[in-house]
Amino acid sequence: MLRYLARKLIIYLLTFIVAVTIDWAIPRFMPGNPIDALVSRIALMPDANAALTSYFMAAFNLDQPLWRQYLNFWSALFHGDLGRSIMLFPTPVTTLIGRALPYTLGLLLPSILLSWYVGNMVGALAARRKLLDNSVLPLGYLLTATPYMWLGILLAWVLGSTLGWFPLAFGYDQSLKAEWSWRFIGSLLYHWVLPFASLFMVALGGWAIGMRNMIIYELESDYANYLMALGAPQRLVRKYAFRNAMLPQITGLALQLGAVVGGALVTEIVFSYPGLGWLVLSGIQNQDYFVIQGVFLFIIVGVLLANLIVDIVYVVVDPRTRVGLQGDAA
Amino acid sequence: MLAVSDLKIHYRTLAGSVKALDGVSFAVGDGEIMGLAGESGCGKSTLGKALIRLEERMMFVGGQVALDGERLPIADDRAMNPYRFRKVSIVPQYAMSALNPTRRIGRMIDELLAARGLKGSTLRPELERRLAILGLTPDVLGMYPIELSGGMKQRVVMVLSTLLDPSLLIADEVTSALDVASQKKVAGALVEFRDRGYVKSMIVVTHDLAILAQIADSILIMYAGKLAEKAPTRTIVEAPAHPYTRLLLGSLPEVGIRFEEKRLPGIKGRPPSLLSPPVGCRFRDRCPLAFGKCVEEPPFIEIAAGHQVACWKADAHAQG
Repeated sequence: MLRYLARKLIIYLLTFIVAVTIDWAIPRFMPGNPIDALVSRIALMPDANAALTSYFMAAFNLDQPLWRQYLNFWSALFHGDLGRSIMLFPTPVTTLIGRALPYTLGLLLPSILLSWYVGNMVGALAARRKLLDNSVLPLGYLLTATPYMWLGILLAWVLGSTLGWFPLAFGYDQSLKAEWSWRFIGSLLYHWVLPFASLFMVALGGWAIGMRNMIIYELESDYANYLMALGAPQRLVRKYAFRNAMLPQITGLALQLGAVVGGALVTEIVFSYPGLGWLVLSGIQNQDYFVIQGVFLFIIVGVLLANLIVDIVYVVVDPRTRVGLQGDAA
Repeated sequence: MLAVSDLKIHYRTLAGSVKALDGVSFAVGDGEIMGLAGESGCGKSTLGKALIRLEERMMFVGGQVALDGERLPIADDRAMNPYRFRKVSIVPQYAMSALNPTRRIGRMIDELLAARGLKGSTLRPELERRLAILGLTPDVLGMYPIELSGGMKQRVVMVLSTLLDPSLLIADEVTSALDVASQKKVAGALVEFRDRGYVKSMIVVTHDLAILAQIADSILIMYAGKLAEKAPTRTIVEAPAHPYTRLLLGSLPEVGIRFEEKRLPGIKGRPPSLLSPPVGCRFRDRCPLAFGKCVEEPPFIEIAAGHQVACWKADAHAQG
């Protein structure tokens, strides 16, 4: 067991190093230069521009050779320093991420967890009742085939624009001050409904179909047939089928949770929702190396952690993996 | 004592109903191990399954099944439940994957027994005793199925299936997936369970006549959804009356003959489609003895004590 975990940890560590390296490299291989953009925004005299450019290059350490930048990046990383944003100079990237993170988590955690729970329940019920199955299955396929942003736009159009029930953009009413008052919290919730609903509905369809198919597969398996031949009541057979059908769903959930920190990019853009997805888009548009790097780093850590957790949870819930690792160790 | 009369089971398919069992009647006595043999698709597995649980696409068309004088409601899945496991039980073809992979075996058995209104703890000593007979320690009850070898899983299933001392056990192709040594052990275990009275009568479904010759008291040969011949094992092996039985036995290898020199004869042709089976004797297209009368269906009649055959030429044969 310990050997298994140690080996897994080494693999994750190597993956982390490679992923962080790529994360560092990608913005630097993009054409263009963030400093030019910054300087052109200030729009001074041409010779002043040159001076400013070299000043900023030095300030961001971008005048140093690449290998030096790379080492700087790693050492800063271990000090918890993700650099300063270029577009919102001189705000530290950690502050920007800290500001965006609550919106993303508040939007994605409930939508992923709820859609997972409700989807599995609906799927399990559908596998049991023909009538429900005939309605759940087509609806599920329709929902899961719907692109998030399209459903988002549709919801914004019908419920926001036409009916005027919900606001179309932003995380809260822009005339309010961000503070802990009931009015502000109410406004947050009000703005949260539409993006949440679009994410929840699309994910719901996928989970429900997955669960339905897995249960039907399990109910046709040999152990289910054997139990029924021995006169076991449906209750017991379904209990086993449900439990076994949950295994792949658990993996799916954990992977989704790992991607949570990346934010739902398109959904956040549709609703101008100030989460991480929104942040990374502005970072890319402004060639803000440090913001892009910082957000991607979050995604990398999130996905790796989620995978690690799945590995550990699976050992607990599925005896087949346990035997697998005994065999490995031998 | 099992009595089956005129049992008809069809399979629903898009092309129509496949008449897998087309009116079969036979009896299995107390303490009898009856072998059920025939080619693939002859209906032997269908017969075995029909006696305990009809699959979704299997359709009960007619006939009666009585066990110990009581009629079995095989067409009614719910009504059949009380009989399953207690009166009729099965060691399925897929015994190696018949246990829930994510439950410890002991716990699964307890949960099954509890669902049938029995207490696992009271049956535990008997369960462990029977596992020991088949060379398994009580430790297996604390294991997951994947920790056991295929043969061990099969033995666990045999013990579980017979735990409530059923009147009838159906052993469906139990030796098919095993190596010869394991085959012998499993075959021996079946006989042992009968001798100890754990099971009253047994139907051993297989295409392996060699195994049946060792353990069966009688053998029933099926062909294309119908019964061809039933007789005590000795009679089937030494004096088969149906031409199909003779050809089936003739396609078995014998010790000491090298088949590079002498090809196994086999049986030419293929069984007829059961979607629309031919009238008359179903074996007539492949039968070397077929003659004019074979366009009429031969009755399944007794030509000697305990020896029934469905062939117009059976009498002449048995004597000649």
